[in-house]
Amino acid sequence: MTDMTDEPQQNTPTKLVLYVAGQTPKSMAAIRNLERICREKLPGRFAVEVIDLRQQPHLAREHGIVAIPTLVRELPTPIRKIIGDLSDSEKVLVHLSVGD
Amino acid sequence: MQPTERENGIRKSRTGIDGFDELTLGGLPTGRPTLVCGTAGCGKTLFASTFLLNGAAHYDDPGVFVSFEERPVDIISNVASLGYDLQGMIDEGRLLIEHIAIDPADLAEVGDYDLEGLFLRLELAIDQVGAKRIVLDTIESLFSAFTNPAILRAEIRRLFDWLKEKGITAVITGERGDGSLTRQGLEEYVSDCVILLDHRVSNQISTRRLRIVKYRGTAHGTNEIPFLIDEDGFSVLPVSALGLSHQVSEERISSGVNDLDSMLEGHGFYRGSSILVSGVAGSGKSTLSASFAAAACKAGEKALYFSFEESADQTVRNMRSIGMDLKPCIDSGMFRHVAARPTFYSLEMHLAVILREISRFNPTTVVLDPISAFIGTGDPQEVHAMLLRIVDFLKSRQITGIFTHLVHVQGSDVETEIGLSSLMDVWILLLNREAGGEFNRELYLLKARGTSHSNQVREFLMSHDGIRLLPPYVGEGGALTGTARVAEEARSRRLENQRRAEVAALSERLEQRRRKAMAEMEMLQAQLAADEAELKRVLDGEKAYLNQLETDRQNMQSSRKM
Repeated sequence: MTDMTDEPQQNTPTKLVLYVAGQTPKSMAAIRNLERICREKLPGRFAVEVIDLRQQPHLAREHGIVAIPTLVRELPTPIRKIIGDLSDSEKVLVHLSVGD
Repeated sequence: MQPTERENGIRKSRTGIDGFDELTLGGLPTGRPTLVCGTAGCGKTLFASTFLLNGAAHYDDPGVFVSFEERPVDIISNVASLGYDLQGMIDEGRLLIEHIAIDPADLAEVGDYDLEGLFLRLELAIDQVGAKRIVLDTIESLFSAFTNPAILRAEIRRLFDWLKEKGITAVITGERGDGSLTRQGLEEYVSDCVILLDHRVSNQISTRRLRIVKYRGTAHGTNEIPFLIDEDGFSVLPVSALGLSHQVSEERISSGVNDLDSMLEGHGFYRGSSILVSGVAGSGKSTLSASFAAAACKAGEKALYFSFEESADQTVRNMRSIGMDLKPCIDSGMFRHVAARPTFYSLEMHLAVILREISRFNPTTVVLDPISAFIGTGDPQEVHAMLLRIVDFLKSRQITGIFTHLVHVQGSDVETEIGLSSLMDVWILLLNREAGGEFNRELYLLKARGTSHSNQVREFLMSHDGIRLLPPYVGEGGALTGTARVAEEARSRRLENQRRAEVAALSERLEQRRRKAMAEMEMLQAQLAADEAELKRVLDGEKAYLNQLETDRQNMQSSRKM
């Protein structure tokens, strides 16, 4: 588990959880891409937690994770899930609904 | 696909499904995935869950149920109705339900991914209970959740290989697709065992059928086999035609009607015979066959009565009218009455249910009343094939079978519409003939293989004292029955009486004459005797006179000398 918290801005940052499984290329790419998006586009808006399901498989059951990697935005509701290596920054931002 | 080791004789895991394990010579291939496919509502999930539950309950194989659709609570309540305590087994750690729900609405795909999360969850579940069996119901749901089919196909292939590697016996369900066994072509990935379930409706009657499409390493039939889902769960009913190599019995059993036994050399039928009782409406077919069954019960044997027209209570009531009480037999479990409308199931289903009931109850006598009820529900060839199977099945078990058949046209040359006579060992024909303004029942033994049976047409009488078969009354006007018989008998009796009276009068007269003659003879004899006595007296006097004369003469001579 790694914490990648950017320095906080005016609002409390939105919490994102990225589920990965081990050090697979896809997982590593997702972590890299997410880091880049947060750094370049929205510094300080997000607090990102990375969970390695290989270490804690019961969390996959608890949070209903099937595909790897999965990025979850639990709040604000409704819950949002993005699966894939997050290679398209624009799409990721659209699905995280950060335009509003 | 990863090559799998081929051993001599693969291991199998019993499903505990009635009939299925016999059909597949042991169940599903152990350690391999089996695909169960079929249309919606055909029983895939039930098949899969029965396999899993029986594994945990009876074969000490813990299992995991992976549900992609139904919630665990629904699964638990579904199987509770079949008598399985799923929650109890979950609490004991023998079973686990893994619910994998994916809502595509809150899911977006950006870039490359895999289903490692699914693998991790399955692995966790498998390790948690030490599962040897797993059910995936139905993995095709993933295709509606994820949009990239290329990734999915690769992942599903990987999943099946992974399951094989783990040596888990898996059942994967899949919905029937157009032109393929499953919508997503899952059969591509599962090559060991494929079972197709089918649910067809014809003439508004539904039939469930099962077919083993593929089973590597096992000789299997490819016939469609009916199966049943009822209060006992899932049961497959293999209906195989048997040869003519069955054993025959020399033992004779009573028909329950003494007069009928006496028509059959006095001993009744051979055990294991097939007996056809045919006749028009109201000729007493049901009554006769029920009394066969009751006779078996009386002899301490079990009888199974399939009625396609009457309920159990009705049969009991009707039999009471001829002084036969079936109730105690039913209560003691010796007599079982199964009632089902012909339209309730399809033909095969009826057949399957009949065979299953027979196998379970294990009777020595089976009655099917009436088989003609099926003619309307299927084409004659199918009906014939079905009855052939029943006859073969009964014969192979040496069960005596009684089949009633309703005919519409009466005559001694009646041919059953379904050409049954050749299947039957005994054919009892019941007639209902009109004569002199009344109908009278008659019984005739058309054939009885292996017995020198009576060739008489007997009058068939049902009363409170039971069934009686009266010998025919053959008068001047042919065989007579009913009132005509009674009248004819009375008339003959009158004639006979008259004749006897005449004979008596004549002999009386002759006797008198004889006596008179005798009396005259006696009188004459007495006269004769008197005459004889007179004659004797005269002769004696004469003789005495002559003697006296001689004596006197001698006396005179001697006096002269002196």
